[in-house]
Amino acid sequence: MNAEIRPIRTPAEQGLSGELKALSRAGGPRIVALRTAAAQAFNDNGLPHRRVEEWKYTDLRTLMREALPLATPAAVAQVEAHQGLLLDTGARRIVVANGAVVPELSDLADLEPGLSILTLAQALAGAGETLARLGTLEPGRYDAALALNTALATDGVVIEVGEGAQIARPVHVAHVVSGHRPAASFARSLVVVGAGAHFTYAESFEGPAGLGYQVNSATEFVVGDEAHLDVVRLQEDSASALHLSTLLFEIGRAAKVHAFSFGIGAGVARTTLYANLAGEDSQVGFNGASLLKGRQHADATLFLDHQVPGCESRELFKTVLDDSARGVFQGKIVVRQAAQKTDGRMMSRALVLGDDAEMDNKPELEIFADDVQCGHGATCGAIDDDLLFYLRARGISLKDAQSLLVQAFVGEAIETVEHDGLREALVARAEAWLAARG
Amino acid sequence: MALLDIDNLHARIGGDHGKEILKGLSLTVNPGEVHAIMGPNGSGKSTLSYILAGKDDYEVTDGAVTFDGENLLDMEIDERAAKGVFLAFQYPIEVPGVATMTFLRAALNAQRKKRGEAEVSTPDFLRLVKERAGHLGINQDMLRRGVNVGFSGGEKKRAEILQMAILQPKLCILDETDSGLDIDALKVVSEGVNALRSPDRAMIVITHYQRLLNHIVPDFVHVMNKGRIVRSGGKELALELEANGYAEYQQDAA
Repeated sequence: MNAEIRPIRTPAEQGLSGELKALSRAGGPRIVALRTAAAQAFNDNGLPHRRVEEWKYTDLRTLMREALPLATPAAVAQVEAHQGLLLDTGARRIVVANGAVVPELSDLADLEPGLSILTLAQALAGAGETLARLGTLEPGRYDAALALNTALATDGVVIEVGEGAQIARPVHVAHVVSGHRPAASFARSLVVVGAGAHFTYAESFEGPAGLGYQVNSATEFVVGDEAHLDVVRLQEDSASALHLSTLLFEIGRAAKVHAFSFGIGAGVARTTLYANLAGEDSQVGFNGASLLKGRQHADATLFLDHQVPGCESRELFKTVLDDSARGVFQGKIVVRQAAQKTDGRMMSRALVLGDDAEMDNKPELEIFADDVQCGHGATCGAIDDDLLFYLRARGISLKDAQSLLVQAFVGEAIETVEHDGLREALVARAEAWLAARG
Repeated sequence: MALLDIDNLHARIGGDHGKEILKGLSLTVNPGEVHAIMGPNGSGKSTLSYILAGKDDYEVTDGAVTFDGENLLDMEIDERAAKGVFLAFQYPIEVPGVATMTFLRAALNAQRKKRGEAEVSTPDFLRLVKERAGHLGINQDMLRRGVNVGFSGGEKKRAEILQMAILQPKLCILDETDSGLDIDALKVVSEGVNALRSPDRAMIVITHYQRLLNHIVPDFVHVMNKGRIVRSGGKELALELEANGYAEYQQDAA
């Protein structure tokens, strides 16, 4: 006889359950039902801990000590003063502060033909067709971060790119936390890219240094047949903050999708990416880089589901660990029985600079088809002494030689970003991180 | 004043129980001179070049090295380079992700900065590289690629000589620069080296074979064996070695 063992709920779980008692009613019965189900799932399962395989190296029950009050709207002037990331990339900028779109700071005028941008709050109040896509990419498993987001997010950005539209100018959603008291912000966004369209989406995260806030962001991407989507992400939250983000992709036939996540900030960061390759002959590249120092903890987790034949997937993650930072990479590629001729390759490389740093790499392949090419690799090491000697023998100081080599190391992943302005901005952020290194 | 003065140098590979490789080596090099060091495998030729450049895999246990009047062994690796020591590597290292142009510029400016000189301007730098690279048959594509990445053996050696031509060191140490070169590449590399010969600059050319010394004609030839210089002479000594081999020196020292 099995008795249900119910663990003692932590203060954070109790606090969150309290927040979940009064859910928003916006968005119609389907959305309300999604929120209710997500809240119920959280109440049943709570925060994940190290015995939950997907969170083995990021024990959220321990790392999230308390539930913070929900963030309140920020003063526009304060947000303006706080924002600093990706300001000069040429992208169309939309500011989401403390989880709510700030129209005064967002460039929503003169949208290109074929491009539609609404706030999530607007979309929930209306009855647009796009809204029918929201929440449709939920993975078939419990994910605490996503469940909390589904239940509690009331604003974000809803972007629709019409069939065949070629939108050259990227749309950049800047998530800014503003305020003096630690609070929790939730934002949910949806990006629908029509068949044959071309679109670049960027998102960034930042907040006041030293403030121990919490950010939970989720973005769903629905990518049509033969569409081309580039996603560029930069996370520079406060080193005291907890950052949770979820990316969900549903990808059609013969599409091209590239995503790059650059993680520099947050005390604890976890980014989970779910991608369903649901149409044949698509090409996807999910890349990332993290620059970590002090006691930062950053986790990049990836679930890639090859459901149909003939798709190609590439993952390249680079992690630089200074001091006693900890990096986690978990990548799981599932190749269904139908997904013949799948070509999948996953690589995680870590460069360890600090004596007490730690990297946990967990690549997994689950292959049910018999005619596929799949591979994965993981490396972890210090800077090569021979390389350092070579650079120093040409007159370059030890610190500059290390910087050049670290830059080259993460550069391989950053170089995969297609948009010039965004790529250059990311390179500059890497340079700034290296320059700040003592 | 001698540019380089090596006096009774003893060195071993790292660690307390490391093998002693240099066992009392002495050598004086004056500005303008080209010295060839020849000798069998394992005689300590490459070790000598690494110790002069500052590689910390080795430990100097006795003796002194004076460069331009200063104690070379007290200097950091990059400090030695800024003072004018240049080692052309036997096996140049590949540096993926660092473009050759970026690398050359970082090296040149780092050295200039250490010497209290102004950084070189972008147009001046580009002009300098273009001119020097052209002489060595190094094209723009190679300059854009990662340092030595995807270069053939000959291209790597030419790239080393290009670095030397741009950094303009006082002392060039060429460690088996001829290894892996065909006769045409050997000619290009030698011409590049000869173009850098000057009354202010000295060279130490380390090689197994006399072949290279037909192109880079030395003022002095030294035979090294078991961590010491066992014989010194003029350029004719290289021809003698080519004819008779190193057997007699190896027996003498045994």
